[in-house]
Amino acid sequence: MISQDNMITLEGLIKSYKMGKENLVVLKGLNLQVKKGELVAIMGASGSGKTTLLNIVGCLDRPTAGKYYFEDKEVSRLKSSDLARMRGQKIGFIFQTFNLLSRITALGNVELGMTYAGGVDRQRAIEALGKVGLGKRTHHLPLELSGGEQQRVAIARAIVKDPILFLADEPTGQLDSKSGEEVISILLSLNAEQGTTLVMVTHDASIAHRCKRIIHIKDGEITGEENV
Amino acid sequence: MRKLRGILEGVWGGVITHKLRSFLTMLGIVIGVGAVIILMGVGKGTTESVVSSLSNLGANTLFISPGFTQSTGGVRAAFGSASTLTLEDAEAISTDVSNLEAVAPSSSTTVQAIAGDENVRATVLGVTPSYQQVYNVQMSEGNFISADDYSSDAQIAVIGSTIATDLFPGTDPFGQQIRAGNYILTVTGVMQTSGQSIAGSTDSDIITPLSTLQLLGGQQLTADGDHVVRSIGVEATSVKDTTQVTNDITTLLLQRHNISNPASADFTITSVEALISSVSSVSGELTLLLGAIAAISLLVGGIGVMNIMLVSVLERTREIGIRKALGAQESDIWLQFLIESAFLTFSGGIIGVGIGLGGAYMFNRLKIFTTIVTPSVVILAVSVSIGIGLFFGFYPAWNASRLDPIKALRSE
Repeated sequence: MISQDNMITLEGLIKSYKMGKENLVVLKGLNLQVKKGELVAIMGASGSGKTTLLNIVGCLDRPTAGKYYFEDKEVSRLKSSDLARMRGQKIGFIFQTFNLLSRITALGNVELGMTYAGGVDRQRAIEALGKVGLGKRTHHLPLELSGGEQQRVAIARAIVKDPILFLADEPTGQLDSKSGEEVISILLSLNAEQGTTLVMVTHDASIAHRCKRIIHIKDGEITGEENV
Repeated sequence: MRKLRGILEGVWGGVITHKLRSFLTMLGIVIGVGAVIILMGVGKGTTESVVSSLSNLGANTLFISPGFTQSTGGVRAAFGSASTLTLEDAEAISTDVSNLEAVAPSSSTTVQAIAGDENVRATVLGVTPSYQQVYNVQMSEGNFISADDYSSDAQIAVIGSTIATDLFPGTDPFGQQIRAGNYILTVTGVMQTSGQSIAGSTDSDIITPLSTLQLLGGQQLTADGDHVVRSIGVEATSVKDTTQVTNDITTLLLQRHNISNPASADFTITSVEALISSVSSVSGELTLLLGAIAAISLLVGGIGVMNIMLVSVLERTREIGIRKALGAQESDIWLQFLIESAFLTFSGGIIGVGIGLGGAYMFNRLKIFTTIVTPSVVILAVSVSIGIGLFFGFYPAWNASRLDPIKALRSE
């Protein structure tokens, strides 16, 4: 059932990989709806399929079977060029490992995010770095920044595109608790202030409990849901 | 177009991160392009210099030289050594063959030429006034031998530029006297430097009327009392007449020399036009061959580019993953690596052109080879170098564009 209010609608989503002769089923028919403006945490052990789920939602991967609607558009059947366009224009992805280009500056990385999303605008890139508190570090290379600062550059790279969906895959997984807190509070404020939909994968129960809805995944199936 | 900046950033990043590697990759193309330009330049230059020395004479010129005579023992005399051509042959050609501009028989002897304290051994060339026209003699001072000079056996000399400075260092040779054997020749003209040509150089020669040369004793007579000449130059009215003129002269001389079988003719007719076309075609093929050899090094350079591009794609897998995650299309990634490859080969091509032009200039300057580099060769070399980048970059770039973003992001 597709509702106009839904950002994400998953119907019987299956993802399997061929591992030699065996067929490894990672997602076993997920059904999930995320409304526009929702703040959702996905929790689960390693290997539960939560990252695979996030990759499919983030248009980085395709489901083997089942349907994925982004707003009212069926994404699961899109061509790879349309998926790329979705990634560029609709979705801001934040990775555990930051995934910054190490040879270019913080500003360069933010501009790289704009490259495939409609064009570089230096002023807006600087503003985005300002929003994550890095207004004075625009010309530093990633390796000259702390982990927390690098993750904030990655957030700036995502928010500069004004995406309607934010996806964060263990965004604090490689950070100490202080930097992690800075990153989480920026992400939460994006949802609180701009109403951007945010889906975040996390191990950390205390972070998950700051979200309004927590989805538990185990062995490729949704095992429970709590509303905070 | 709005993406172009980001794509070019990737290209530049790829090139600049590995400066030495980029340079070494370019080097293959640099050497290839440089070699193509220098070798094509040498081929072209050599062709042109030979052809231009021939063309100075005019393509409508023919030379008749005494050919081999067959002695009774069947031993062939050396080419040009026989004494079968005569002044009378030349006169007969002049009257009987149509479409002729000029006929110039000449003969020569060697004398000790003395002027003041200077003393050199020189060739005295006896000619008729038409020699000037057939051999395209340019005067720097005075006049060439006139019809009057010829008919009056005038004891005059027209000298080459080299002998002029040898005999009259620092003074004007005009009107001065040269002693040649028992005769005194007055210098009435100095020729411009002719340089070496297919007809030989006259820079060191003393030219005098053929009639005067007879007085100097430099001309043999045949058994019939005819005057032997060394060669006869003939200028046809135009290039298209050369075949007819050649045929008519052959017929006439065979008849005059009582030879029935054309295969045993005792003279040889060489046309400048035939020489030019055979030289051009041989050296044209040679130029192509040189170019082809150089092109092989370009090909090898191209394979080197492909190799490095494959490595570059491999080690930038993660960057490709990041770009794809940020929304890069396959075509954007493809374009990025294709441009990188073409940029490497284009830069290599430009440097190669610089080295090629420099090398060609040095060859010219040091007089090792005459080289002529035409703009078309340069344009061709640069275009080919870009083409190599596109061709050999195609597969690596396609490889890059097809990478799965998730796997690419996971790679280290």
